Amino acid sequence: MWQFFHKLGSPKWFYGIANRFMPWLFWLGLALLLGGLVWGLAFAPKDYLQGNSYRIIFIHVPSAFLAQSVYVMMAVAGVVTLVWRMKLADLFVKAAAPVGAVLTFLALFTGAVWGKPTWGTWWIWDARLTSMLILLFLYLGVVFLGSAISDEKSSARAVAVLVLVGVVNIPIIKYSVEWWNTLHQPATFKLTEKPSMPAEMWVPLLLSVLGLYLLFGWLACLRMQTEILIRERRTRWVKDFVSTGGH
Amino acid sequence: MAFDSLQAFWLMDGHGPYVWTCYGVFLAGLVGLALWSRHRRKVVIREQQRQLARDRQDQGESTPAAAATFSRIHPS
Amino acid sequence: MHPVRKKRLTIILFLLAGLSVAVGLTTYALRQNINVFYDPSEIAAGDAPVDARIRAGGMVEAGSVVRSSEDLTVRFRVTDYAEAVTVQYTGILPDLFAEGQGVVAIGRLQADGTFVAEQVLAKHDENYMPPEVSDSLKKAGHPGSDTGASAEQTGY
Repeated sequence: MWQFFHKLGSPKWFYGIANRFMPWLFWLGLALLLGGLVWGLAFAPKDYLQGNSYRIIFIHVPSAFLAQSVYVMMAVAGVVTLVWRMKLADLFVKAAAPVGAVLTFLALFTGAVWGKPTWGTWWIWDARLTSMLILLFLYLGVVFLGSAISDEKSSARAVAVLVLVGVVNIPIIKYSVEWWNTLHQPATFKLTEKPSMPAEMWVPLLLSVLGLYLLFGWLACLRMQTEILIRERRTRWVKDFVSTGGH
Repeated sequence: MAFDSLQAFWLMDGHGPYVWTCYGVFLAGLVGLALWSRHRRKVVIREQQRQLARDRQDQGESTPAAAATFSRIHPS
Repeated sequence: MHPVRKKRLTIILFLLAGLSVAVGLTTYALRQNINVFYDPSEIAAGDAPVDARIRAGGMVEAGSVVRSSEDLTVRFRVTDYAEAVTVQYTGILPDLFAEGQGVVAIGRLQADGTFVAEQVLAKHDENYMPPEVSDSLKKAGHPGSDTGASAEQTGY
């Protein structure tokens, strides 16, 4: 177990492993996501109340779901950075933060466009929407803080601390719709209960969530590889790797 | 198909603009992320190849043939 | 685990716990301000300020919607199944507005207890279903997802 953990700390080892997994992550993720979206857009029945505008759920929920779970993954990596000083954990945080920011933006944007025809407004300062906006600022803060500090070690620590401080926002996002009066409805998908929609609606939704998860995995691997190449550029293996063509 | 015609699919009972805007922005965002991330790795590799070549020249090693291998990049 | 790492981990966990308690207490203290609307019970109890711009939310009471024959003015009662408040609104209602549906009205509470809205937003619940299912549910005596049970559970 510990041996594996230490191996995982080796950027060279990770680079090779990532290369092996990436085609799988990419193609499987793409197939699941596109399958889910086409199913949701064209074949799922329309909603009795909202009609066709509810089809935005097939991209809104995956984006919001990923935006939150990427942050949780970053927080776990932050703990690993602070406790074990593992380089790879910091690499993950730096690689994932811009992706998380884009996903959060997409969740907010699709939510606003969906809100206009259903609620009658693009935006309302309710607890769910506001805490999600804070998540976007947290992601942007992580990105900027990471690039503002040039010293590798202090940058890793500062970013990890910021990520950990921000993690209290995650339960607030999740439970905002239950703790307070919000315009946003509670979650349709719960881990413990049956989803409150029929299978011909939740199966495509599940497919697109899984697909986006895998695509995130691919993006994270790709971006971590880039970070590894930059940081380890003075090592023998990176020089060899680069001079043999870089693949 | 949940729609009778392509026309109905496009219009979505008047909700077409909202639905299609969302899907467009979503796909553009993801494709943009993917292309940007791939491009960044490519640029980093190319830059380091150039740096390596420069280092070798500084050391007095002439490596004229190397340029041919350097351009062979298959990031995937 | 290495003792130094164990110590670091403990410090981090303590800091996180402390931070969560702080944020928890703050949000608890601010809970009324975080609520996006007052519900009819709070308005009936006099918790909501009169003639200040506030939001009121709840379910549109079945059979309470009265439309004016001259203009776009509409009056309806918003209920949380305990108390109800009368809302008056002039303008175009959102598509989802219907009896038994959730709404959030933005406006001012008058001294006589009516709520004059400048804007009415529709609030829906987390249930989605095809129209046929909703129809057959209605035929079977369940008014779709807007039953009292689900509304109570989810807080409309």
